[in-house]
Amino acid sequence: MYRYDEFDAAFVRERTEQFRYQVERRLKGELNEDQFKPFRLMNGLYLQLHAYMLRVAVPYGTLSAPQLSMLAHIARKYDKGYGHFTTRQNIQYNWPKLKDVPDILAELATVEMHAIQTSGNCIRNVTADHFAGAAADEIEDPRPVAEIVRQWSSLHPEFTFLPRKFKVAVSGSPHDRAALKFHDLAIEVVKNEASRVGYRITIGGGLGRTPYIGYVTGDFVEKPDLLSFLEAVLRVYNENGRRDNIYKARIKILAHSLGEAEMRERVLREFIEIKRAGTLQVPQEEQARIEAYFAPPEFEALQDTALPADGALGQWITSNVHKHRAPGYVLATISLKPIGGVPGDISHEQLDGVAALMEEFGYGEIRASHEQNLVLPHVKQSDLPAIFARLEALGLATPNAGLISDIICCPGLDYCDLANARSIPVAQKIATRFADGKRQHDIGELKIKISGCINACGHHHAGHIGILGVDKKGVEFYQLQLGGSAAEDASIGDIMGPGFAEDEIVDAVERVVDLYVTLRRPGERFLDTYRRIGMEPFKNIAYQEQLHAAH
Amino acid sequence: MAQKLTANRLIDGVVLYWRAGGWTESFAEGEVLPTEEAAQAALAAARESVPRNEVVGVYLFDLTGAQPLKEREIIRALGPTIRPDLGKQAAR
Amino acid sequence: MPLIKDGQIAEDLYIAVADDVPLPEGPVIVSLKRLRAERETLLGRNQKLGVKLSSEESPENLGSDLDRLSLVVLEFPKFRDGRPFSWARILRTRLRFTGEVRASGDFLYDQIAFLVRVGFDAFALPSAIPPTLFQRALSEMSLVYQPAADGRKTIRQLRSGQ
Repeated sequence: MYRYDEFDAAFVRERTEQFRYQVERRLKGELNEDQFKPFRLMNGLYLQLHAYMLRVAVPYGTLSAPQLSMLAHIARKYDKGYGHFTTRQNIQYNWPKLKDVPDILAELATVEMHAIQTSGNCIRNVTADHFAGAAADEIEDPRPVAEIVRQWSSLHPEFTFLPRKFKVAVSGSPHDRAALKFHDLAIEVVKNEASRVGYRITIGGGLGRTPYIGYVTGDFVEKPDLLSFLEAVLRVYNENGRRDNIYKARIKILAHSLGEAEMRERVLREFIEIKRAGTLQVPQEEQARIEAYFAPPEFEALQDTALPADGALGQWITSNVHKHRAPGYVLATISLKPIGGVPGDISHEQLDGVAALMEEFGYGEIRASHEQNLVLPHVKQSDLPAIFARLEALGLATPNAGLISDIICCPGLDYCDLANARSIPVAQKIATRFADGKRQHDIGELKIKISGCINACGHHHAGHIGILGVDKKGVEFYQLQLGGSAAEDASIGDIMGPGFAEDEIVDAVERVVDLYVTLRRPGERFLDTYRRIGMEPFKNIAYQEQLHAAH
Repeated sequence: MAQKLTANRLIDGVVLYWRAGGWTESFAEGEVLPTEEAAQAALAAARESVPRNEVVGVYLFDLTGAQPLKEREIIRALGPTIRPDLGKQAAR
Repeated sequence: MPLIKDGQIAEDLYIAVADDVPLPEGPVIVSLKRLRAERETLLGRNQKLGVKLSSEESPENLGSDLDRLSLVVLEFPKFRDGRPFSWARILRTRLRFTGEVRASGDFLYDQIAFLVRVGFDAFALPSAIPPTLFQRALSEMSLVYQPAADGRKTIRQLRSGQ
């Protein structure tokens, strides 16, 4: 893991004191809310439906055990005993007091954490493949480059008042676990024909009101050139992105209105100039210095063994354990989706329990995934029974990673000031309906993603089944979308038709899923069957009950 | 349509409701503003606590009977529907 | 509206002139539109000349006339409009403009340090910012990660002892 040196540590301390002064001025009235808002957002502080909400950065999703313990401590001391992992690998607290936030940040700084740029119209906290550094299919660990980008983007003087937010994701694998094509900018580690490692840069993806899949604007950016290339993209965006309409201000709109050729030309022009100036080139020593922090732990020389396949342990292993690059090791997903629970929520006791587990079995490291789960990146196959037992005791052993009840879900109207409908209760009801483990495992990989408004924090466009909550004359309705994917085969889901009432949506989802089970060919996931047979059969079955009712 | 008036307290974010001349944390104690004139007069008075750095985000919302018309305001007045142990509903 | 130049309160030698007002004696600030319309007159006056650009106008619009200017004013219509940050950077880095780059309009105390970093050296301070706080704004963050137009040493340079 990256460790702060004296400079990084001093930077975060100064940033905390800077925010303390901003809060002081706000409380004295020297800043009004309109003036304070962009600055509190740049430090992750929102005002939501019930209270303030503080979003703490988890850069590229990597956390140490002391950091997890600190998150538990913050939840106990300043909040209501729990936190919520988000779809951007961050953790947010729902009840902090404005007057406490500078102290919270000061405590976080002691474990090299902060809330810098977790919101606001700036370059947001960088996300990464949660299997980084452990995945069997990886070309190179993408976290060093994510750390380089984190440092470059922190309080960037030119790009802190962008037209709109700017989200960056990185991945080092051909298999996309980081939703790259739905980011403002994605960095993908690739090899060229000469087997040299560099980056493929995709821009202009996004969800929200107008979803777009990004396109490649840098086919092979050499490692030392990365920041020059990023600065070029950001400058083109800052100068040309729309500022007249908040819904058209993301780079996706600019990228798709200019078109790929024009965008490439503009970026290239800036890139050549910035590269020539040379000050942003990343020297080999710096690259190596940062890479050294991410060196994998010293794995023991082990052999792969047959993993238990029976009983509760076997079921958990089947869904929650993944192939590791080192023989005898695996990755293990800790599901934060207990049946009937709130997706992504974790209590302070669980945070502490996981911290202890990491120290004992996981080299002291854990990842937060954009799917709102935790991942132990390096565990011995022989430790799985012990880990499972500990997770069971913590209430964290739900065997559903990647299955129908592993639902991505935004906070929705239960917490969010922007939401039009609740999303958590829908997730809870769907998970409860499909609670039977055997049934879930039989259905197989099926990604349900739920958002409580068009801003799409729950990634509904990218769900195999997406659900969007809308407000229809004061009543919550839920629209279904089918066929989305956030993986390397990215696609935007198709809207089925009119929305379902709250008491109809779970039945409609079940009818759709049951039809898939009936029609699937061997080996087909829900997404594959949908892509083969299209919307029509699913639409007919989903609205079936309503038709009966009308006759 | 009758309305009530709400805001968040600046220093800690707590949801407040307006009652003649001041703020209360309780939805039930919030003043019912029966007419648009009453609502606008209360809004003007309540907004004076913004420059005094007491509250942020002052707005009116509709009632139906004694309850908020919209789900959003019902949830704001009680707390998250999925966590009855949290929010104003927990204090009961 | 106090003017801060190179960190000090300074006298404003320029008169900002609206497009439809006759030119007074002495240094003036005009719009890009007026510069284009009265180019010969303005450049031939043998007086210091400043041009004020709206946030929509890239300094690249000035072309070679930039060499004849001693001041470029970049206007913030709203503090959230971040384009002038890039315009200043381009003025200093690409166009190598060495004259005064002045921020005017709606900007906040909390933006001053960023503004200095991208190349502003003068500030028509909005009334909400006490001039006495100007230096404090610059001292809040002693460390920076990015190379910018101010030539400050970055954390990376400090690390490698440069």
